[in-house]
Parts: sequence; structure tokens; C-alpha cells
Amino acid sequence: MNTAAFTMFLGIVFVTLIITYYASKKTNNASEFYTAGGGLTGWQNGMAIAGDYMSAASFLGIAGAVALSGFDGFFYSIGFLVAYLVVLYLVAEPMRNLGKYTFADMIAARFDTKKIRGFAAMNTVAISIFYMIAQLVGAGALIKLLLGLEYTTSVLIVGVLMTVYVIFGGMHATSWVQIVKAVLLMGGTLLISIIVFAKFNFSITGMFAHMKDATPLKEAFLNPGVKYKDGLDTISLNMGLVLGTAGLPHILVRFFTVKDAKTARSSVVYATWIIGIFYVMTIFLGFGAAAFVGTAEITAANAAGNMAAPLLAKALGGNMLFAFVSAVAFATILAVVAGLVLTAASAFAHDFYNEILRKGKATEGQQVKMARYASIGVSVLSIILALFAQSLNVAFLVSLAFAVAASANLPVILYTIYWKRFNTTGAISAMAVGLISAVGLVLISPNVINPVAGAAIFVGEPLFPYTTPGIVSIPLGFLAGYLGTIFSSQKADVKKYEEVLVKTNTGIGMGQ
Amino acid sequence: MEARKINEFNESDYSRIARSQSFQDLLSEKKKFILPITIFFFCFYFALPILTSYSDILNTPFIGSITWAWVFAFLQFIMTWGLCMLYSRKAARFDQLAEKVIQERGKGS
Repeated sequence: MNTAAFTMFLGIVFVTLIITYYASKKTNNASEFYTAGGGLTGWQNGMAIAGDYMSAASFLGIAGAVALSGFDGFFYSIGFLVAYLVVLYLVAEPMRNLGKYTFADMIAARFDTKKIRGFAAMNTVAISIFYMIAQLVGAGALIKLLLGLEYTTSVLIVGVLMTVYVIFGGMHATSWVQIVKAVLLMGGTLLISIIVFAKFNFSITGMFAHMKDATPLKEAFLNPGVKYKDGLDTISLNMGLVLGTAGLPHILVRFFTVKDAKTARSSVVYATWIIGIFYVMTIFLGFGAAAFVGTAEITAANAAGNMAAPLLAKALGGNMLFAFVSAVAFATILAVVAGLVLTAASAFAHDFYNEILRKGKATEGQQVKMARYASIGVSVLSIILALFAQSLNVAFLVSLAFAVAASANLPVILYTIYWKRFNTTGAISAMAVGLISAVGLVLISPNVINPVAGAAIFVGEPLFPYTTPGIVSIPLGFLAGYLGTIFSSQKADVKKYEEVLVKTNTGIGMGQ
Repeated sequence: MEARKINEFNESDYSRIARSQSFQDLLSEKKKFILPITIFFFCFYFALPILTSYSDILNTPFIGSITWAWVFAFLQFIMTWGLCMLYSRKAARFDQLAEKVIQERGKGS
């Protein structure tokens, strides 16, 4: 047992529980539970978006990917950031002006039918659970490595904590855990980056010159093409990255935590600065790990490279820095899974229970109670799935979540806001085709069926050659929405579209 | 539920606002700005993986061991931040136009 790491983990648990205690005092109605009463400021929500978004997959995964594949690993950093232009230019303000608690609310502002709300809520739950399993499995493996606890115990610790934050503190606790995590993650990453940069005498050219010979890949490390050799596979990955964020429900709900579109806008701008600076620093993390830890040691600890950042910390600053960076990774996981639990629980409690089952007539007390039950349900389900998935390589579930968001949610969001003729048939077609094609293609992709034994769940020749489904499923989602609309006999409801248009662009009648 | 009482706009109000000159001005200003910029950043973004996948042109050195691929990658960051600031500036103008739409609805009818 690593005493320093254990103490810092306890410190994080302690701080987050104090946040939860204070948050619980404010969490007394549905609006407080789902959206912190819409009372966050721009910078608070900007930090929380950053904390919600920069998952362990970003911190540990990208550092490892850059360390092992050089430039190709950096594609993730670029895509994850540029995605925020889609959010800012096309989605954030309309989302705030049309929605109330959930992504489905925003679609329902135009098409108020149970079927559409049900589909949107189902996609929310599917995306959140895919994402959460990847985080929980990663968390289990990480804590096992760092503290020497059993995998099952580790998953249970994270699972119990995330449930506690959400059921007692709702969106207040979730937001502040995310804000604290963003500060810790930025601080830790900045510290390591400065140490790495100092080792290269603060010379960018010196660093690149060193990296040319530092890894077994030699010069190829600095060139694209180490990991992604097929052009269409690379483009598919980039499509999923840049278009997925604007359809991720746990990011979209963050826009309901501020009072108006103007604040939603400024929160995206703050988030983009923070996230961008973080992703620039992933170069230092990756290069540093490759240079000062070494490829052999990184892959020995974890084949995917997930231990690159903690090992780099150990190489640079000994056990204290290792313990700190591990604790930061722990906080990162906690903040992300709390956001996911809350988002999936909102879809169950608000969309399925209150809006569909109770026709919007549940009392505040019933809504909060149901939201808490739903949070427990979502947590238990994810924990069980994560325990079963222990020995599986589930990193691809993150890209699956992005692909479903881009293929099923983004087409519906954009058509709802910007296309006058769009109708309910189109909305359902887009959501169903987007979800089914993204999941279906992943099931027959090399992530699930791989000729190399042990690389995936089944051994064999994959039927779909690319590692991400975006290049097929995203166009299919958009096409299904278009064809569903023009081939249905339904007439466009012009009056309803005019109402949506006015609300979207002026904020009149917001949040109904 | 309370929000419904505050709301004083009914369906025909929305239609009237949607067809008003000030609202149409707002929409066309937004479209003139958002559409071309969106097309631009998608092109700029996808140019990177397309160039790295189908040509070696970005593998040529910029300074020392830093290749153009890294320069282009870093420019993606600069573009994102730059367009963020540009949007914030432009949005102040949209806010003014939107405010005008809301005001006119107040005086009219």
C-alpha cells in the first residue's frame, strides 16, 4: 500500500463529501436537483464543463496514446477541442433557450410526443452507460494498480461515491466536484509539463529533436501514420471526435445550469480555453513519458499506455508526485461518472417517469424522490456491468459513446433547430438509425471481433474494417432524418417551427 | 409550472415575431456569420487528417525536427480560440438585435 497515495485519495474523498454535504442543503426541488437551479455563473459552468469533459480517457488515455504513437495520439486532443466550435456556434445557445432539464426537453420543445421523448431519453441512457462502463473499468484497474486494492473493491468505492454525490447533492454537488477536479487536473498537468519542459531546457525544437531518437519508432514517432494507417479509418475517428461532443447528453445538460443563453455562451468560451490549454499540455505528458519512462516500461504496466502519466510523475518527482497525479486521476474519474449518473438518472426520472408516465404532473417531491431512485438504479446497473467487463478491453466504449452522440443526437438537434420541414417521422428515423448503425457497426468491428487473440471479445475477421463507425453511421443518421421527413405524409407544422425559431434566437419563453 | 404564468406569448405572437422585420434581420445577420465560419472550420479541421492520410506533404520540416503536421495541429488550437473570441464579439451584436425584437413585441399589438 502506497501511504502517500492513500492519504491523498482520502483527502479527495473528504473534500468531495464536504461539497456534497453543503450541496444537499440546497437540493430540495427538481430544478435544484437537475440543474442547480440554473444559478451557476459563466466561469463556474465553464470549469464544470471542462471537469465533466476531460475524462480519464483524456488524461490517462491521450498521454499514453501520444507516448506510444506520437502524432497519431494527438489527433484525439485536436478533435476533442475543435468539437467545441460545433458546440459554441450551433448548439449551446439553442439548447439553453429550448430545454429545461434534459436533452429530450429540447427536442420536445418542437415535437411534444411521447415517442420522441422516449427515444431521446433512451439514447441519453445508452450513451451515458457506455461511457460510464469505460470509466468504471478504467477506475477499477487504476486503483488496483495504485493502491493495491482488489478490482471489485475499487469499482465499488467509485460506484458508491458517485451515487452519494448525486443522490444527496444532485447537480450542485456534481458541478462543484467537477470544478474542483478541473482545478486539480489543470494544476497537476501544468506542474508535470513545466518539469518536462525544463528537462528540455525550455526549448521546443530541442524537445522535438530529442524525441526523434527517444523511442523505438525513431523518426516515425513525430510523423502521422503510426497508429492509423488507413485514411478512411483516420477520417472516421476524426468525424466522431469533432461531431460527437455536441451530442453528448452529459455535456448538453450543463447548459441548463446557467440562467440564459448569454451565460451558456460565456461558459463554452471559458471551457474552450481551459480544455485547449489542457490538450496542448498532453504533448508534454506524452513526450515526457516516452522520453523519461520509456515505451517498454509504459506497455509493461498497461498495454494501452494508460499508466504513462502516473509513471511519468514517478520518474520526475518520485513517490509524492506519483501519489498526487494518481489522486488527480481518481478525482477525474469521480467527477465524470457523477455527471453521467446524474444525466442518465434525469432521463429516467424526468423524461420517462414525470413526462411520459405522469404526463408532467408529478409533484416536486415525487420528482426528486424518483430522481434519487433512478440515480441508485443507474449506479447499480453500471457497477454490475463494470464488474462483468473487468477482463474486457472496453476503451472503445468511449468512442462508441461519441459515435452514437454524433450519429443519433446531433442530426436531430441540428434539424430541430435549423430545418423548417423536419417532422416527427424524421426525428424518430434519425435517432433509431443513428443508434442502431453506430452500435451495430461497432459490434462487427475490430474492437469486438479481432483476428489477434485477446485483442477483443471474439477472435475472427471483423465484418466492418474501421475502429470507429462514424464515417458510415453519422451520414446515415443525417440521411435517415432527411428521408424520414420528406417521405412521410406529415405536413410541417410551420407555426410550431416559428415558435421554436423565436425562442431559439431570442430566449423568449425560455425553459417551459 | 410557475414559468407558464410569466409567459405572456401565445402562438400567434410567435408567428408575428417570426415574421417581423427586426427578427428577420437578426436571423439573416446570424446566418451570414455562422454559416460561412462553420463551413470554414470543418474544412480546416478535416484538411489535417486528409492531408496526413493521403500525402506526405506535412512531413516536411518546418524548423529542425518540427514538421508541418505539428504546425498545422497547433494552428487548429489557434483557430479554435480565435473563432471563440470572434463569436463572443459577434454575439454581442446579436444580443442587441434580439433585444430589439423583444422590445418591439412589447410596444406593438
